[in-house]
Amino acid sequence: MNSDENPILRIKGLNKFYSGGFQALKDINLEIEKGEIVALLGPNGAGKTTLISVICGIVNPSSGTVSVDGYDIIKDFRKTRSIIGLVPQELTTDSFETVFNTVSFSRGLFGKPPNAGHIEKVLRSLSLWDKKDDMIMTLSGGMKRRVLIAKALSHEPTVLFLDEPTAGVDVNLRKHMWEIVRELKAEGVTIILTTHYIEEAEEIADRVGVINNGEIILIEDKSKLMAKLGKKQLILDLCDPLSGLPGSMVDYELELSENGLQLVYTFTTTGDRTGITALMDDLKLAGIAFRDLNTTQSSLEEIFVNLVEESS
Amino acid sequence: MAIYKFEMARTKRTLVQSIVAPVITTSLYFIVFGAAIGSRIDQVSGISYGAFIVPGLIMLNLLTHSISNASFGIYFPKFVGTVYEMLSAPVSTLEVVLGYVGAAASKAVILGIIILITASFFIDLQIAHPILMMVFILLTAISFSLFGFILGIWADNFEKLSIVPMLLVTPLVFLGGSFYSTDMLPEPWQTISHFNPVLYLVSGLRWSFYEISEVNVMLSLASILIFMFACLGVVYYLFKTGYKLRS
Repeated sequence: MNSDENPILRIKGLNKFYSGGFQALKDINLEIEKGEIVALLGPNGAGKTTLISVICGIVNPSSGTVSVDGYDIIKDFRKTRSIIGLVPQELTTDSFETVFNTVSFSRGLFGKPPNAGHIEKVLRSLSLWDKKDDMIMTLSGGMKRRVLIAKALSHEPTVLFLDEPTAGVDVNLRKHMWEIVRELKAEGVTIILTTHYIEEAEEIADRVGVINNGEIILIEDKSKLMAKLGKKQLILDLCDPLSGLPGSMVDYELELSENGLQLVYTFTTTGDRTGITALMDDLKLAGIAFRDLNTTQSSLEEIFVNLVEESS
Repeated sequence: MAIYKFEMARTKRTLVQSIVAPVITTSLYFIVFGAAIGSRIDQVSGISYGAFIVPGLIMLNLLTHSISNASFGIYFPKFVGTVYEMLSAPVSTLEVVLGYVGAAASKAVILGIIILITASFFIDLQIAHPILMMVFILLTAISFSLFGFILGIWADNFEKLSIVPMLLVTPLVFLGGSFYSTDMLPEPWQTISHFNPVLYLVSGLRWSFYEISEVNVMLSLASILIFMFACLGVVYYLFKTGYKLRS
């Protein structure tokens, strides 16, 4: 059934209604290729966790189909669940269990024979080996988060879901987790993560999906998304202050700083022309000289906020 | 199998609570009821009072521990949130039930045997039908572990978890002829006692020991089998609908 040509995850017409009638997912269609890192962005209550929960078997879908590696998540649940690893959003751990035992339990639960060597490898990669005999209740929040990752990796999954994996962890640990995600990608693991941190998606994702009110607004290659939707700004530092914009400049999308020493020109890179050449010519004609210039590109965060605002 | 092993391992961590405490409690029962009070009571149905209460004591512990083990086993992961792992694992409903119920029943059976051994230190223990005794012990442990499992799924707080064992099961066990023969009760309580399902369990188990019973032993067997299949039906329904587990 599985093939390198097929997407590792295929979702068709997925809907989820909770009792009471609330629709958490609305006609979700999504395909994810093997080895990709896809970041799902969305505000609280957008449907990110519900989507992951359906794929992992925690929540029943109302309609639609989901296949993982070519296998249906309902009919072939053993096959699909055995290749999926899930790191939940909440720090849900067996407080009275040791790190090694809880990770070993997860491996057994997912149908894999005991393999102390693999557990050791996973714990070492997550800097947890020296804590292997410690009870989970004695660990810090960051370490508990790593234990959850270790549990998810214990059965060597090929698809890994990370539901807000770096929520509440410090910057160093966040960067360490990004490293782990990159290493997993290098090993061929497909990673789907939800996050509030745009920086996270920008840093590690190949594709970015934006979900809001249960709908996927878009899913796009990260760099293409930024190129397509990202606005750029040209900032000109003027030699002499201006009291106002000359009449010949009013057609441009220009902003003059309060002190009159900076002109900001906003443009998009999606059109055939940016208008920069014409602007430069008109500035020269108007006798406006500048001593420096630079450009800035809108971040994924700004793109995300704009998309969510538009869809709302 | 992983769930079963995990649940059994939990017993090791709570050895005092799981094994030592019931042994001490049983010993106290024998000291108080068997030696102190029992010495003032003549034989009951032709056997000494100390020996008479052994099946009742075993049944009391089987019922309460089967229910508490199984209900806590499934409720705790729900309470702390670790149930996500079981729900997302490639295991079937049957395997989940076998894991939790199997472990709870195993622990209850082990406990029943420990109580039996403890009792043998206090009385001259005779078992007329050891195989039937094991059948009763096994069926009771499995049935009430299933019942506890249902309770653990249904409960959404600790109060609900303990209210059924405290307010229903324990009174039924004490009023089910565990420590007395219902012949000793005046009417109408004697008749009312026959509506207590636990009477049938205690009576059946007592028959396997001493060949004395208050109801027909086959009726006792039929009762526990009906209860077990009813619980299995409810468990099947709970998993099929995802009740309080899968939304």
